[in-house]
Amino acid sequence: MIKLNGDPYEVAGPLTVAELLARLDVDSRRVAVEHNLAILKRETFDRTRIADGDEIEIVNFVGGG
Amino acid sequence: MDTFTIAGKTFSSRLIVGTGKYSSPAVMVQAHEASGAEMITVAVRRVNLDRTKESLLDYIDASKYFLLPNTAGCYTADEAVRTARLGREVGLSNWVKLEVIGDEKTLFPDNEALLEATRVLVREGFVVLPYTSDDPVVCRKLEDAGAAAVMPLGAPIGSGLGIQNANNIRIIREFARVPVIVDAGVGTASDAALAMELGADGVLMNTAIAGAQAPIAMAEAMKLAVRAGRLAYLSGRIPRKMYANASSPVEGLVGR
Repeated sequence: MIKLNGDPYEVAGPLTVAELLARLDVDSRRVAVEHNLAILKRETFDRTRIADGDEIEIVNFVGGG
Repeated sequence: MDTFTIAGKTFSSRLIVGTGKYSSPAVMVQAHEASGAEMITVAVRRVNLDRTKESLLDYIDASKYFLLPNTAGCYTADEAVRTARLGREVGLSNWVKLEVIGDEKTLFPDNEALLEATRVLVREGFVVLPYTSDDPVVCRKLEDAGAAAVMPLGAPIGSGLGIQNANNIRIIREFARVPVIVDAGVGTASDAALAMELGADGVLMNTAIAGAQAPIAMAEAMKLAVRAGRLAYLSGRIPRKMYANASSPVEGLVGR
């Protein structure tokens, strides 16, 4: 179990950030990801491993003023 | 050509527009087009995990518009800094429209926290455009902290009340060595024109266009108003006088 965008999220076994994004159908070129409060560089998505209890935030741009 | 430059980047349009509150993406796209704006603000929010295929970026041509991520909704310097960093990491801009809100009802800025966040982000190489009170002293402090422009409010965000303290905007312009962008409070075209006539270098708005009954036409009205106000400012208006001063000759009247 991890915390994803503030909510509990079940992950079956270890996975990378890139794998999580693929599983969520999120285009990695259009988001920023925070892993346990550290912002990740996009190049590191496929080698950053997510462990049980980790906190992940995935953000993108939405309408605003 | 009357251009203006922020942190070395030159714009020919002095109107900056938002992407919030539009009835549909199609209306937003056409309003952006009609506004002639070159810089567009966006907000940074959690991805909606139920609708991950939807993206605002599908509707914004990043080769045509310069994106300005904001930190709207942040109430502390830490939150704003975190949001700014995330916005930068999306990868389209190291610029930030920095907002640190101090009050929920008025959305007035917390200028103390704003200054703190400005200092942190300037140190990290951000181009910081802080949304601030219409207070010349605060604007000067922000400039001293390294802000690339100052963005005093005309009136509360989304209020459409127009420029509430015209004299302060004038003083801010006189004091500032960086561009002054009136951000928030515009309700209609004359408000935007007034901001420019007071000497603002630009105007930033969202609700005045997105919330109008005909947003695309209002976007065009704002484009013209900003241009008209700017031209009037550059042209040097006549002094105000108490009494009349005839435009037609007083000599040669028939029958006298």
